[in-house]
Amino acid sequence: MKKRSIIALVLALMMCVALVAACGETPPAGPTGPTDPTAGGTTNGTDASGEEVTEVHIGLLGPWTGGAAYFGVSVRNGALLYIENFNAQGGLQIRVTDRDEEGDSARAVTMYHDLVDAGVTAIIGSVTSGPTMAVVPEAFADGMPMISGTATHAGVTVNQDTGEVFTNMFRSCFIDPFQGVKMAEFAHEILSARTAAVLYAHDIDYSIGLMQAFVDRAAEIGLEVIHIETFADEAPDFTAQLTNIAAANPDVVFIPVYNRHTALIGPQSAAAGVTATMLGADGWAGTLDAIADPSTVEGAFYLTGFTYESEEQHIIDFIERFEAQYGIMPNMFAAQAYDAAAILIRAIEGAIAAGLTPGTDEFKQATIANMAATDIEGVTGRITFDRYNNPQKTAFILQIIDGEARFWGTF
Amino acid sequence: MNRLGIKTPARYAINATLIIAFIYWGYVITQGGMLTRAQNNIIIQVGFFIILAVSLNLPAGYLGQLPLGHAGFMAVGAYIGALFWRSGILSGYGSVVGGLIAAGIVSAIFGIIIGVPALRLRGDYLAIITLGFGEMIRVLIMNLPSITGGAQGLQQIPRHSNFLVVYICVIVCCLVIHMIMKSRHGRAILAIRDNEIATESMGINTTYYKVMAFAVSAFFAGVAGALYAGTLGILVPSDFNFMMSINILMIVVLGGLGSMMGSIIGAIVLTSLPLFMQGLNQYRLIIYALLLILVMIFKPSGLMGTYDFSMGHVLEKVGGWTMRSKKEGGASDDSE
Repeated sequence: MKKRSIIALVLALMMCVALVAACGETPPAGPTGPTDPTAGGTTNGTDASGEEVTEVHIGLLGPWTGGAAYFGVSVRNGALLYIENFNAQGGLQIRVTDRDEEGDSARAVTMYHDLVDAGVTAIIGSVTSGPTMAVVPEAFADGMPMISGTATHAGVTVNQDTGEVFTNMFRSCFIDPFQGVKMAEFAHEILSARTAAVLYAHDIDYSIGLMQAFVDRAAEIGLEVIHIETFADEAPDFTAQLTNIAAANPDVVFIPVYNRHTALIGPQSAAAGVTATMLGADGWAGTLDAIADPSTVEGAFYLTGFTYESEEQHIIDFIERFEAQYGIMPNMFAAQAYDAAAILIRAIEGAIAAGLTPGTDEFKQATIANMAATDIEGVTGRITFDRYNNPQKTAFILQIIDGEARFWGTF
Repeated sequence: MNRLGIKTPARYAINATLIIAFIYWGYVITQGGMLTRAQNNIIIQVGFFIILAVSLNLPAGYLGQLPLGHAGFMAVGAYIGALFWRSGILSGYGSVVGGLIAAGIVSAIFGIIIGVPALRLRGDYLAIITLGFGEMIRVLIMNLPSITGGAQGLQQIPRHSNFLVVYICVIVCCLVIHMIMKSRHGRAILAIRDNEIATESMGINTTYYKVMAFAVSAFFAGVAGALYAGTLGILVPSDFNFMMSINILMIVVLGGLGSMMGSIIGAIVLTSLPLFMQGLNQYRLIIYALLLILVMIFKPSGLMGTYDFSMGHVLEKVGGWTMRSKKEGGASDDSE
């Protein structure tokens, strides 16, 4: 009996801790870094009542735990780095409340509502496409400004059944079809390829999206797709598919998959005798870390949203600050989230300059309008938005030479 | 039997009144803006997790098997319900009810198809084969892109799941399973759990009862799936992976195998916990795991054991106690 009451006490205490802690928030101020070159001049506006606006409350939504935590934590690091640097400038302060959706769609919707309850004016998130698409219709109904750094599914900003655009939702990453189109054009124009094969995963929406766009664009520009092979995610063996591709002997083979696949496909394609030039997309990032023999993917081209090898000063600055803060190099997701935060905070500054009060519907509308008119030089390239709120930006092409991913150029 | 006299019609009246009061007050509270939006959202989610847990409790708790494919049935129901609503065959409440029933029936058919071969096995083997079937359903959905949207998912599902719809389903589910368990069928199911060979030797068709329990469980899992679809408005096959089955099983085990009350409490606790523990960041997961371990160490039968709540019994107890205090040694026989 005594034992049981102790347990009950412990459990009750845990619940109390949980309830109290639920009110906690991520402290906005961070270590002072160099001023952010992309932030521009900060001038505090005054709201309608004539009082100076000193603080804006925004939400950060993503999977900090669970299967997608790798992306989530990268995104949080990138976004918070921008916000901390921005706050360190003084003047307008950005207060952040972050919520963990664990990569689960239903939880993402709950956490979105929780952020709305907490009174946020805008949200950065979510990270992966599934939970983001579950949240967007709710946010659209609320007119809540949102920007994701990493949700690449075409359906994130557009209702694919009706064609209606979710005007409140923006993103700073490439969309899946865009990458497929770019790589088809690259193969045709730069590599002068006549024939192509495709190897994709039929149960990963990212892979399907890229494959479809590549095949459609190839048909338009006269690149003949002579062979398409598929596999299931988690499959360890690609010999059958690669042997067929080798037999078809195309000029290029487009492999829109993640690095966990390419690490296996590389050595197996060499064994199967595939001689075609391999093309990939941003899922290839990290291939060289995972692959056993880098020489098997020698000469492959892939597209990425971010590269370390840029000469531009603001990108070098960003990499230095990121490394100083977190002790690791920023990956593409962190860089895109950094740009997403930059786009959103610029738009918020604009709304404050227009004399609006944070939290009101007018403020949110103005923020959305400002985001739509974005034109900034981010760390992932110059970003403007098209009418579907997808970024128009240059793609960086990398080529694997001597076991290193070299910057080939922009395309 | 020397029971204190609450007569059966009176018990029904008490229960009916309580149900109506619950639905009415729940509706008033959720619609009246008394709760935050996140709380309202959690209440809906708790609703379909209650259905999932209570329906899994039938084969897992009462029948004593270990099925690990509950997410598969949920997926079938979710997609059937979503496709039914998207097609717009019926309108208004007819559409809502039609979608839920269609989801349940198709799931139940899958339950029978899977149950007949699977239930010839026991224990670990049953767990593995149901796990396999659950994954098969998910992979099937993923590979029928023309119907289900494949890995890209199904969008624009009408959001029919409000408080009223979800909680009427919860009550119907609890009521049906409760009534099954109080009937001859229920006693047969419990007998199979306690000793299958003895039950068979008594002339009870164990295969029939096992498949029936499985089908009823699948039916309500399908309904819960449709409610899930109607809450989110978007379905992705990866939502129904193995972890979903495990989560539901965790609710049932935490609440107590064989206790409906336990499943309900487990669903409420485990579904709402993540919302209240947001401020703890990554420590949340440790506490979550610790809670499960502590419960399993100190109360291995789950929070409620096999205890089932009965309003009638509570009233009898209270009544019996007051009467006993009036005249010493009054009649009360409260063995469950």
